Amino acid sequence: MSKVRVAFFDFACCEGCQLNVLNCEDKLLDILNNIEIVNFREAMSEASDNYDIAFIEGSITRECDIPRLKKIRENAKILITLGSCSSIGGVNAIKNNFDLEDVRNEVYGNQKDYFETTLARPIDAVVKVDYKIYGCPIHREEFVRIITSLLAGQQPYIPNHPVCVECKLKDNFCVFDKGMTCLGPLTRAGCGARCPSEGNYCVGCRGMVDEPEVNAHFDILKKYNLSIDDIKNKFEIYYSYYRKKFENIYNAR
Amino acid sequence: MMKDLNISVKHLTRVEGHGNIEVDIKNGEILKCQLDIVEAPRFFEAMVRGKSYFEVPHITSRICGICSIGHTFASIQAVEDAFDFKPDETTMLLRKLLLHGETLQSHTLHIYFLAAPDFLKAPSVFPLLNTHPDVVKRALRMKWLANYICDKIGGRTVHPISTRPGGFTKYPTKESLLDLKEKLTKGIEDLNETVKLFKTLKMPEFERKTEFISLKSVNEYPFYDGDLLSSEGYSVSKKEYRKVTNEFIVKHSTAKHCKAKLDSIMVGALARVNNNFNLLNKEAKAAATELNFKPICYNPFMNNIAQLIEIVHAHYDSIRLIDLLLDCDLSTPSYDITPKAGEGVGAVEVPRGILYHNYIFDEKGKLVKANCIIPTNQNLENIDLDMKALVPKILDKSKEEITLLLEMLVRAYDPCISCSTHLLNVSFK
Repeated sequence: MSKVRVAFFDFACCEGCQLNVLNCEDKLLDILNNIEIVNFREAMSEASDNYDIAFIEGSITRECDIPRLKKIRENAKILITLGSCSSIGGVNAIKNNFDLEDVRNEVYGNQKDYFETTLARPIDAVVKVDYKIYGCPIHREEFVRIITSLLAGQQPYIPNHPVCVECKLKDNFCVFDKGMTCLGPLTRAGCGARCPSEGNYCVGCRGMVDEPEVNAHFDILKKYNLSIDDIKNKFEIYYSYYRKKFENIYNAR
Repeated sequence: MMKDLNISVKHLTRVEGHGNIEVDIKNGEILKCQLDIVEAPRFFEAMVRGKSYFEVPHITSRICGICSIGHTFASIQAVEDAFDFKPDETTMLLRKLLLHGETLQSHTLHIYFLAAPDFLKAPSVFPLLNTHPDVVKRALRMKWLANYICDKIGGRTVHPISTRPGGFTKYPTKESLLDLKEKLTKGIEDLNETVKLFKTLKMPEFERKTEFISLKSVNEYPFYDGDLLSSEGYSVSKKEYRKVTNEFIVKHSTAKHCKAKLDSIMVGALARVNNNFNLLNKEAKAAATELNFKPICYNPFMNNIAQLIEIVHAHYDSIRLIDLLLDCDLSTPSYDITPKAGEGVGAVEVPRGILYHNYIFDEKGKLVKANCIIPTNQNLENIDLDMKALVPKILDKSKEEITLLLEMLVRAYDPCISCSTHLLNVSFK
């Protein structure tokens, strides 16, 4: 049986998710026994347009990147986003909260006209995406699990319950009880509640679950004397692309 | 020699981010010889405005996946500088250890995965699995160990979790430090084998005098903080970083590059080893002797070797730091820090050179203005001048050989183009 051909591509990002693929040191040789990597600019000079699975890291922030993305979609049988930037817009979309002219001016001054930029978008705002691997960065174990499912011909499982569930399973003290504001009640799990387990709070890097338990969340906010704005400001780091969606859910109350 | 030559390498591989090598020679005259940056700009300095001092390091860490720990620390240092906060000894030791983890990870990735294939005549590390399986397995072991340090101290390999302004959200246990020490001690054998391997790789011969800028310290090889030192025999405080990163506009292009006293500067492992050779530990000095490295070295290809010397230094220094940490109280982390209005500068040696973050905060600790200057920007002018000096010397070679040498030259700098937060060298048609 011929090996599955896999390619990696990136747009506006930090390349940390691809680095985390290379960081699967102990699993890398097993993975390479089952797939053939045919395109991975960060790590190799060989390049081919003949591939089955394309992994994409990064957001779309320039019109000039769209033809390249569409070509990748045409070539790939399965297209999977890697990380927050490509799956939900991620930190790149923070700039969407500002006037883009002002953003270019702040960084590039009188040379700003040379630097094209549009609103930052996740990949599925431009082409069809088959699966999303969330996280900033992606969780190595989750990447290995999903690629293993695909190789076995199964539908990969993408979690759709909040981080709180995983946090409770880890026996962590509730972050709210420590006086911090946490996005765990709304954020999609799959990370093993990594940040709360390291003494920090959940920053919402995996974006919101499809149908958040809004009522339960309001009870939490009430219990800890917090406002929706406290949560909204925190969600701006990773969830700015979906700002309207967030506001619609909560303005309905 | 009269010669026409046109080289255009689009999206140079085995580097971080997107860059093109462009060379145009007519009748032996260099019309164009440069590294173009085509990465999508991401506007971090504009995005962090209005964010709280606690969130800023989290966001700016995302400038770069490969030096996310360095960005986190440059950011935290700028915050603490602005608030006149001095971190305690335990925090400093843990930060230095975590930064070593990143340096080890990044340097190992570069010398084995990105640079070595050129010397072993392979297009990437993957074919080496068949031809040199022991080398690849050793590289993976070394990378795993470096990442293990980051996992245990920072909570994650890419984008640390437990680091925060003021200190750490969680301390490692003494058991995990002892376990780390044992693994590092076992790892010395791989270290020695790596030196043996790189001793056999012949770096291209090429020299061009330049100015090396690094951090300065008196009692230890500086990575985490310090003043700024030039190989031209002067130093300035980190607050005066603009004196050694003077940005200027390149003629015939709208690009900004950096320089200090000479025409260009170089930062990174070669600059650090050259400027601070005497502060390396004895094991690193011994490796330097074995690898035939003598300061001051003006061959940019030797940056690969300087990275290996730093791998040896950071590996042994990690063991030293763990021993010191084992004597610290690691029961409860503390991070009392109070915001106030002010300006601060962070200057950290990350794998590719000095990274500067400069912030202004209001009295509530909300960011008003940010400026980040990354190592690859500081090296861009040096890369261009090296290419212009190298090309005439190798014009008698075939186009393929010239292209490979230029790619190897750019790769030797280990450029990190995804870090492009600031003005970059872009050529416009």
